[in-house]
Amino acid sequence: MIWQQLQSLAGSYPLALRGLGMTVVLSLISLVLGTLLGFGLGILRTGGNRLISGLIGAWVDLIRGTPFLVQIFLIFFILPEFGIELDAFTAGIIALTNLAACFICEIVVAGIRSVPTGQVEAALASGLSRWQRMRQVVLPQAMRIVLPPLVGQYVLLIKDSSVVSAIGLTDLTRVGWLVVQRVPNGLLVFFLVGVGYFIVCYPLIMLARRLERRMGAAHGEVQL
Amino acid sequence: MLENFSFRTIVEYLPLFGQGLVTTVWLSALSFVGALIVGIVLCAMNLQRGWLFRVPAKAYIDAVRATPLLAQLYFLYFGLPRLGFVLPELVVGILALSLNSGAYIAEIIRAGILSIPRGQVEASVASGMTYVQRMRLVVLPQAFKVTIPPLLGQAIVLVKDSALLSLISVSELTRAGQLLASDRFMPAEGFLTIAAFYLLLYYGLKGLAGLSSRWLGTAGART
Repeated sequence: MIWQQLQSLAGSYPLALRGLGMTVVLSLISLVLGTLLGFGLGILRTGGNRLISGLIGAWVDLIRGTPFLVQIFLIFFILPEFGIELDAFTAGIIALTNLAACFICEIVVAGIRSVPTGQVEAALASGLSRWQRMRQVVLPQAMRIVLPPLVGQYVLLIKDSSVVSAIGLTDLTRVGWLVVQRVPNGLLVFFLVGVGYFIVCYPLIMLARRLERRMGAAHGEVQL
Repeated sequence: MLENFSFRTIVEYLPLFGQGLVTTVWLSALSFVGALIVGIVLCAMNLQRGWLFRVPAKAYIDAVRATPLLAQLYFLYFGLPRLGFVLPELVVGILALSLNSGAYIAEIIRAGILSIPRGQVEASVASGMTYVQRMRLVVLPQAFKVTIPPLLGQAIVLVKDSALLSLISVSELTRAGQLLASDRFMPAEGFLTIAAFYLLLYYGLKGLAGLSSRWLGTAGART
């Protein structure tokens, strides 16, 4: 019996590979787009304009305050009412990018605010332009604070990508769901699904921990 | 566009949304209590010197943190019956949320305990306190203060995560939205309404977190 199930599982490995591929592609695209957008939003939010930073803050709160599943449903089912037809893949990318951008925005804001004002004042006094100040003085120092939670955010993003299976995208979780209909052994099937995610996520978790320790040590007291 | 947006239908479905909201609140609360218990046990195991308890606790925490909640939920939902436990969906959902959040809470508590300066522990050892006295009188009261704000943050995450239970057809808030969307073909009305309800819960918990950190902050400054 267990042999039959294992054989049947082995037969569905092309499907599993496709699912893993979908999870990786979804995560990767929205990770890159979300990081760019998140940094942009974070820099805008710490800029002087009250209106812009207020709007960004409100949007970030809306996204942080609602479940990702509900956001996906909203994008997938409501944007068509505004005449924007979306396939599930695009809807998934939009939802994940938006989610990542909002969380990364908060991380970037915390990083920028951690840079001492003296640094900014010194840059001003040296006659650096706004862009130079950001690129050469503030961001390099902010990165120490930004980097560890940023990597942690990537792990969250990969895990959240599993929720897009709810609108029918065949990612790793969806593959598990499909396979379990044929091979009625949920423990084994979803254990293997878990292994798939673990292989992708665990190295990133380790990296985040290492960065945290290194950045902390570089920043902390002098060790004798 | 949304020119056909029907507030009347929302009002008509309000009792359903109300039930969903109530279910979401109590099942989240119950799961949070469960997660606290799981977290405290895991953290106690993780802080042991011997490997016998520490290694399994660490492995569990890493496994939970490196896999999505949805996969964990399906693991229990499709897997438990196989082990002979045929449980209602609601119970499976609460179990999944507790086991998942517990791993995160274990790390929060650990960070709180490790944030206590070593000198405090050494001083209490020098004063001749036993392990239990040391924990109860010195370490835990201080760790408590540090852990409350991140614990409330985890509670927010838990409430949002509970939306996934709709996928195993637990009739909570998101499920109510899905019902309206599929019965009347009104996804906008259904999902925007539940989004508003979730925001209500979010701002409530966020306000509580802000309040607690201010309260704990001033309490800390006084000593």
